[in-house]
Amino acid sequence: MDIQLKRGLLDICVLAAIKDEDSYGYRIIKDMKPYVEISESTLYPILRRLETAECLTVRSVEHNGRLRKYYHITRAGLERLSAFKEEWKEIMAIYSFVTGKEGKNE
Amino acid sequence: MNKTEFLAAIAEKLGALSKSDMENSLAYYSEMVEDYIENGKTEEEAVAAIGTPEEIAAQILMEQPLPKIVKAKVKKSRKMQAWEVVLIVLGAPIWASLLLAAAITIFSLYIVIWALAVVLYAVDISFAAVALAGIWVCVLSAAMGNAAQAIFFAGIFFFFIGAATLMFFGSNVAAKGMAKLSVLIIRGIKHIFTGKAEAK
Repeated sequence: MDIQLKRGLLDICVLAAIKDEDSYGYRIIKDMKPYVEISESTLYPILRRLETAECLTVRSVEHNGRLRKYYHITRAGLERLSAFKEEWKEIMAIYSFVTGKEGKNE
Repeated sequence: MNKTEFLAAIAEKLGALSKSDMENSLAYYSEMVEDYIENGKTEEEAVAAIGTPEEIAAQILMEQPLPKIVKAKVKKSRKMQAWEVVLIVLGAPIWASLLLAAAITIFSLYIVIWALAVVLYAVDISFAAVALAGIWVCVLSAAMGNAAQAIFFAGIFFFFIGAATLMFFGSNVAAKGMAKLSVLIIRGIKHIFTGKAEAK
């Protein structure tokens, strides 16, 4: 897949992974796995980027005598998700136009 | 490699980062190793699953501004020998000018890209100016009763106002493309320094 496109999509997927419930790095990767493979080293810069963009906040929670970082989606993060859904409608329209036309030509 | 060695190897490659950035990265990877272990992997397996310190450091550095990346790559992990210092000082006339040349080349590449955008808009403005002159002469000709000349300059006006409008949108597209291009160039230069292709 196009790298720029995938970069943007992964940001959205991470936001979706923390949308309903705060989550932590390991679980985000595990939850995404059935849909899209993401490595630990790819996830880290995305989390930092989303934090800088104020799409999520981070809090440390004690777990088994160590700290674990939980990521919480912000209003800006939720807005980004819904903006994506809107955009995707347009892309799907283009997709059906492209595939429909190919079908007729064959 | 155990967890401590793993984190130390990452830290070593991130020397140029600020203390908080470094701590943040290490905390993330430490947590990741612990979570793998909690889910049934051994320490060694966990480290192996997460990846090599090289690719991890390269990913983190890619997000940093260019000067930091260069600093991270140039930074020496050991003390320099006396003869190395002498060589660097004596060689300064050569490497300093090469470095300067490289910096100037990158800078001029930028200027060329943006000069192109400026040229497009300049041509666009001159089209608009011709259109204005055309309508002015057209009105003058009409006032003096020279119908043929008035129609000719009306034609000039419509042609150039159309060209200017079209070109305005064209220039916008081109300027956007050039902004994208300069971002790509910066990413490309970063890749040269981090030495890793972007993760798939």
